[in-house]
Amino acid sequence: MSESLRYIQAVNAALTWALDSRTDTIYFGEDVALPGGPFGATKGLHKRFGSERIFDTPISETGFLGMALGAAMTGLRPIAEIMYADFSFVAMDQIVNQIATIHYSSAGRWKAPLVIRMQQGYSPGACAQHSHSPEAYFAHTAGLRVALPATPDDAYQMLRTAVVSDDPVVVAEARMLYPTRGQVRTDAPVEPVGGARVVRPGTDVTVVAWSRMVSAALDAAGTLAEEGIDVEVVDLRWLNPLDFDTVATSVSRTGRLVVAHEANLTGGFGAEIAARAAAECFTDLRAPIARVAAPDVPMPAAPALQAVVVPEAATVADAVRRTVRA
Amino acid sequence: MGQLDDYRLMARIRRFEERLTALKDAGEIPGSIHLCNGQEAIPVGACRALRDGDHVTATYRGHGWAIARGVDLTGLFAEMMGRDSALCGGRAASPYLSDPGRWFVGENSIVGAGVPIATGAALTAQRTGSGAVSVVSIGDGAMNQGNVHEALNLAAVLDLPLVLVVENNVYSEMSRISDMVRVRQLAERAAGYGLPGRVVDGNDPDAVAEAVTEAVDRAREGSGPSIVEAMTERLVGHYSGDAQHYRPAGEIAAARQREPLARIRQAADADLAARLDAIDAEVSAEIETAVTAARAVPHPDPATAEEHVYV
Ligand SMILES: Cc1ncc(C[n+]2csc(CCOP(=O)(O)OP(=O)(O)O)c2C)c(N)n1
Repeated sequence: MSESLRYIQAVNAALTWALDSRTDTIYFGEDVALPGGPFGATKGLHKRFGSERIFDTPISETGFLGMALGAAMTGLRPIAEIMYADFSFVAMDQIVNQIATIHYSSAGRWKAPLVIRMQQGYSPGACAQHSHSPEAYFAHTAGLRVALPATPDDAYQMLRTAVVSDDPVVVAEARMLYPTRGQVRTDAPVEPVGGARVVRPGTDVTVVAWSRMVSAALDAAGTLAEEGIDVEVVDLRWLNPLDFDTVATSVSRTGRLVVAHEANLTGGFGAEIAARAAAECFTDLRAPIARVAAPDVPMPAAPALQAVVVPEAATVADAVRRTVRA
Repeated sequence: MGQLDDYRLMARIRRFEERLTALKDAGEIPGSIHLCNGQEAIPVGACRALRDGDHVTATYRGHGWAIARGVDLTGLFAEMMGRDSALCGGRAASPYLSDPGRWFVGENSIVGAGVPIATGAALTAQRTGSGAVSVVSIGDGAMNQGNVHEALNLAAVLDLPLVLVVENNVYSEMSRISDMVRVRQLAERAAGYGLPGRVVDGNDPDAVAEAVTEAVDRAREGSGPSIVEAMTERLVGHYSGDAQHYRPAGEIAAARQREPLARIRQAADADLAARLDAIDAEVSAEIETAVTAARAVPHPDPATAEEHVYV
């Protein structure tokens, strides 16, 4: 069975599934219960599942992420919502020092089956403190799974996977994708953690992207097809576990690699992909690897400045052209 | 300052934000805006206690504080329009703007984050002997952030010249503060830091001015920080576009009877009403002039997008 849903509705459907099918699941965060979430992700859930299962927290990210960890260690499956990914920085100690380390440091005797759900990225006019794309911080942290769904179907499937996972998972959605609509397989079996996907086959160049940049890459591929350049687009989906095999297989066929993300260039996860490709696909590469990213500036609010900072389809297309001509 | 001056300043803030809303609706403002409609008496009363050199730190709902501190109206409009404003060059927009020229440390769109920063401004004042104080405003919900707790304790043990103004507008975004804390008044928490805490009517600029002046005097003479909790109500949504479905019917209408400008109006005789009308007209003209000037400010040059990251 499949349903046409907006991305944000797919999130809601996945949460409904989680609360329905697992009685150990609880959901909390700011404005998630009575108000139904600042973006409507939790609409109707409080009414359906009650205050024991879904509740509002004070504006206390450190407190409630630590609470999620303690509850996860002792028998619940908490999903904690961070409203904007930027606010996760307030709680970095709980995420990095506590949540990510406990399973390893206890030699596996403790588990931390929790999900931190957030949305990230730019939106028109949003200031620097509401525009970060922090996926690389989380992917850099050993012990955290990191999921970045790019489509409504993945918003549904990957969030369910995250809830079922025994490891802590950061699910970072892109705010700009919330209104997008697509078919969602509501009766699909829960997928295992991980797995990249070729979302558009092509022969000339591989573009690896995730989150909002997947649609930018697909748009670029459409433009480039008219110019006779056949682009293969890989949606990385999970940064941890990293499915590098799918990337390597693609690069072995196309011989060229462009990595595209919205986060700043330096130290971005694109650097990891480029390094792995340089090490593992060296003989397959016919051109230098290109990275598409935001320049190393905090996000400006003015549209005139955002237009040159935020990478879009045209930025990807330019990088592909340079790579193909190299 | 008398009642008419307070009225003028509060009307300026109100009219500024009404104009901002219209500009937002017309698509001239790209990002979200958080208005302080109904809360004007707090910055106006508090800033009466301040002099040049005293720093003010606000939240994302800080237009009133910026205006009460004398930040240029054209600059404010231009910044929010994403233009190359003299304030922040279009980089900050509504929720993060600042103005060192007016000692406005600025807004902050991370809840509570301004309190540690304001504590730093108080530390500078203390260590340089400048005699300045640092006033920081936060919302009721921000009292539940760890950084606020840490900063208040720091300011207390260092006897820093800090005044925390808690603008209790009943809601933390879409959740009632009464569902988020077990104390009746947030000022009760002052005792936990060994500080004085007072609750005042935040819709009365005189009451706010009196309490903040007491706190500022205390800070200036080296006796350390204080907390002032100003009770008020939000007349509009949390942000532009908030449908406020979480608010009980009639709540906003009732708040409109109690808001600071309406209060002055209600108590006015015919003579005062005529003077208030005249002030309203002057303020409207002043705001229109600022909007026109802001529209003439160019958009920032895209070639400068990477400027100002490093010095
Ligand atoms: C650390 C952090 N968490 C969450 C948010 C999202 N947020 C923005 S405003 C707000 C409510 C703040 O309420 P309050 O402090 O009472 O101030 P008010 O908006 O009522 O003026 C929330 C939760 C944020 N900006 N920063």
